[in-house]
Amino acid sequence: MAQPLLRAVDICKSFSGVQALKHVSLEIQPGEIHCLAGENGCGKSTLIKVISGVYQQDSGYIEFAGKRFGKITPRDAIASGIQVIYQDFSIFPNLTVMENLAFNTELADGHKFVNRKRMRKIAEEAIAKINFDVELDRLVGTLSVAEKQMVAISRALMFNARLIIMDEPTTALTRKEVQALFKIIMHLKEQGIAILFVSHKLNEVFEISERFTIFRSGELVVTGNTSDLDDRKFTYYMTGREFEDKLFTPQNLSKEPVLEARGLGLTGFFDDVSFALRKGEILGVTGLLDSGRTELALSLFGIRPADRGALYKDGKEVRLKSPQDAIDARIGFVPEDRLSEGLFLPRSIADNVVISEIDRLANGAGVLDRAKRRAEIDRWVKELAIATPDPGNACLTLSGGNQQRIVLAKWLACNPDVLVLNGPTVGVDIGSKHDIHAILQRLANEGMAIIIISDDLPEVLENCSRLLVLKAGRVVKELLPAETSEQEVLSYML
Amino acid sequence: MQRFFKKLSRRSEPYIFLVLLALCVLIEIRSGQFFTPNNIVDKLSALVVPGIFAVGAFMVIVSGGIDVSFPALASLSAFATTKLLLDAGYTGGIWLPILLSLVFGAILGAFNGLFIGYFGLPAMIVTLGSSSVFKGFMQGTLESKQLAVIPEGMANFGRSALFVATNPESGLTSRMPTSFIVFVVVLAAAWFILNRTMFGRGIYAIGGNEVSAHRAGFGVRKTKFFMYVFVGMIASLAGLMRTCMMTQMHPTNMLGMEMNIIAGVVLGGTAISGGAGTLTGCMLGTLLIVVVENSMILLGIPTVWKDVFVGALIIIGTGVSALQVARANRVAARKNAKEVG
Repeated sequence: MAQPLLRAVDICKSFSGVQALKHVSLEIQPGEIHCLAGENGCGKSTLIKVISGVYQQDSGYIEFAGKRFGKITPRDAIASGIQVIYQDFSIFPNLTVMENLAFNTELADGHKFVNRKRMRKIAEEAIAKINFDVELDRLVGTLSVAEKQMVAISRALMFNARLIIMDEPTTALTRKEVQALFKIIMHLKEQGIAILFVSHKLNEVFEISERFTIFRSGELVVTGNTSDLDDRKFTYYMTGREFEDKLFTPQNLSKEPVLEARGLGLTGFFDDVSFALRKGEILGVTGLLDSGRTELALSLFGIRPADRGALYKDGKEVRLKSPQDAIDARIGFVPEDRLSEGLFLPRSIADNVVISEIDRLANGAGVLDRAKRRAEIDRWVKELAIATPDPGNACLTLSGGNQQRIVLAKWLACNPDVLVLNGPTVGVDIGSKHDIHAILQRLANEGMAIIIISDDLPEVLENCSRLLVLKAGRVVKELLPAETSEQEVLSYML
Repeated sequence: MQRFFKKLSRRSEPYIFLVLLALCVLIEIRSGQFFTPNNIVDKLSALVVPGIFAVGAFMVIVSGGIDVSFPALASLSAFATTKLLLDAGYTGGIWLPILLSLVFGAILGAFNGLFIGYFGLPAMIVTLGSSSVFKGFMQGTLESKQLAVIPEGMANFGRSALFVATNPESGLTSRMPTSFIVFVVVLAAAWFILNRTMFGRGIYAIGGNEVSAHRAGFGVRKTKFFMYVFVGMIASLAGLMRTCMMTQMHPTNMLGMEMNIIAGVVLGGTAISGGAGTLTGCMLGTLLIVVVENSMILLGIPTVWKDVFVGALIIIGTGVSALQVARANRVAARKNAKEVG
């Protein structure tokens, strides 16, 4: 084998006593697409930051293109051709595309003054490399997610990059955009650029990478060729647990529908959506990003009230004009973006769990009953197996999976009849994903009615008893997951 | 051309300009005294000190910070400069006072910069603290009291005029102070730094996304530190100009100005969250505040209502422009969505 492009050897790194990386090593060959996988908090982000010089390792060393670095600085990393595309793309939303593209080069060249002509030229060259067509004077904040990513990628390419590290690049992309991204990655590979692709999405790992490395709690679990990997092994390596995928079959269906929609519509987003949901059932709704699925979810919780059609709860018409109406109708909602919509991140786990039932924890005088509150918190932390030493800790300190459990706990504490989940496992690692699915199936079997809105097809096929496919705001097909396949669902979605 | 207007409608400066214009016309109708040469010169003269302060406050806000210490900083620095020169029996021109106050301003600004830039403490907290420290130092250590006499050079500079404007009807005259040049120079320097140097673009970049700025290779700490040094110098210069123009030193006279200055900057469309805003808008906003503060009498509103009026203007002005910009953006977004769909 040729000399590896990157060797990170025996890296250790700890933060205030918590060891994030324990003697991990990583090797990447020139022109290789290498996938680094692992659950949230396994140390992959930390390793990326060590390689790119953002963090300094406690011990171990890094070799890049035959040159050994004790501690690599961000400048060294860029100068040697290491580029990182972070999840947030590291862009300046308040500045133009041109400035976003040209800053790094200008700073690296040590220019003190702004030369717009030179910057424009740099920017033009940058976007030409991946045939990315964009107006250079637009503010980056006005671009779509995929376009922002293209900005980040074109910027990375300017430094004669030899290794591009992409931190979960597909999280916010549509299927089409992911395909476009993969095309660009293959194109980069042809030019001899190595890619370190960080992901915890199984299908992506299989599709794009040649070799893989999996971390678990700061340790290297396995590294090898992707062709030797399969679903089961991948999940096992990631979580250290074996899972059985079991299809959901409803057990306690109620006779009467608990929630019924007739001709529900919201101008510009969806129209004529009808369904009847019974207790004990999990209804899936899937569709592309712009199919109106998110708006439907928001309508069902009163955030964006539907302007046509009617909704019946237990046979009575309800008008959901606000989330408060929905809560009163005993409808719970787990939003897509738990970070900004579902949780008070800096507040404690305890506060987050009890927030939506806070009224019921008060005594006659409206003062919070501390004993009652404590009991509720203990109950939910235990019931949903939230991994925390102390419920007084901030939600911020938890992994994505655990955060999602808290959002769940928050709603379950209100004991809703209907629970609407929008993308329940977006950004959640595999282990937690299985756990959340198991919780949802259990809840349904205990008599709750659940709606899962998601574009994660394996998820809806495995967990739903019925599936509605939305396309351009209309229900185009109703399917039974047991009798269909991903291909069939996709054919209705596109 | 249409495109140009569309772009313009999504900025807040035009709205501020229209509000300012409407107010001026209103005053003109009520009093017939607004668009007279001496009144306009008066307003420009009144703009000098708030204008210089606003430039400094603008920079800090663009970087995503906030500075409430600049009046205290300016007072301390101007007092120290005046006192030192008085005690030394200084009889020379304006250059030494300017130089001295720039040095003091830089030192005091460095104090803010050290805590905010290098220790990463929240700007609001640090400047609230340093504001007290500066005040205390001036009143305690320097035993500040009103200095009725200031060095001759400073007083002469304060009294000197570029030209004198006369009202053809009433015969009232107004001097355009030489210090207006200082204001223009500060404005030009700030414009150059913010728009033509990587340091200045770094200030915008930090205001947009500090983490990204660090990753892009901006020296975030250093940029912040030197920005506060620079802002200290600007504020200090404003203090000195104020002292010169009043031809005496009131140590506490400038304290409390920070709220209206910051309001003017925000009124001019500068995002309080950082990263966005232009000096043009900042100046329009400041001018609006200055005009309101100084034209109550022309409008026939008792001066006791001044604060209420300024407050209402801030709320309405900021609200209207924010709403307009939000609406323009929404229209644009909807159009974009349609094109995609």
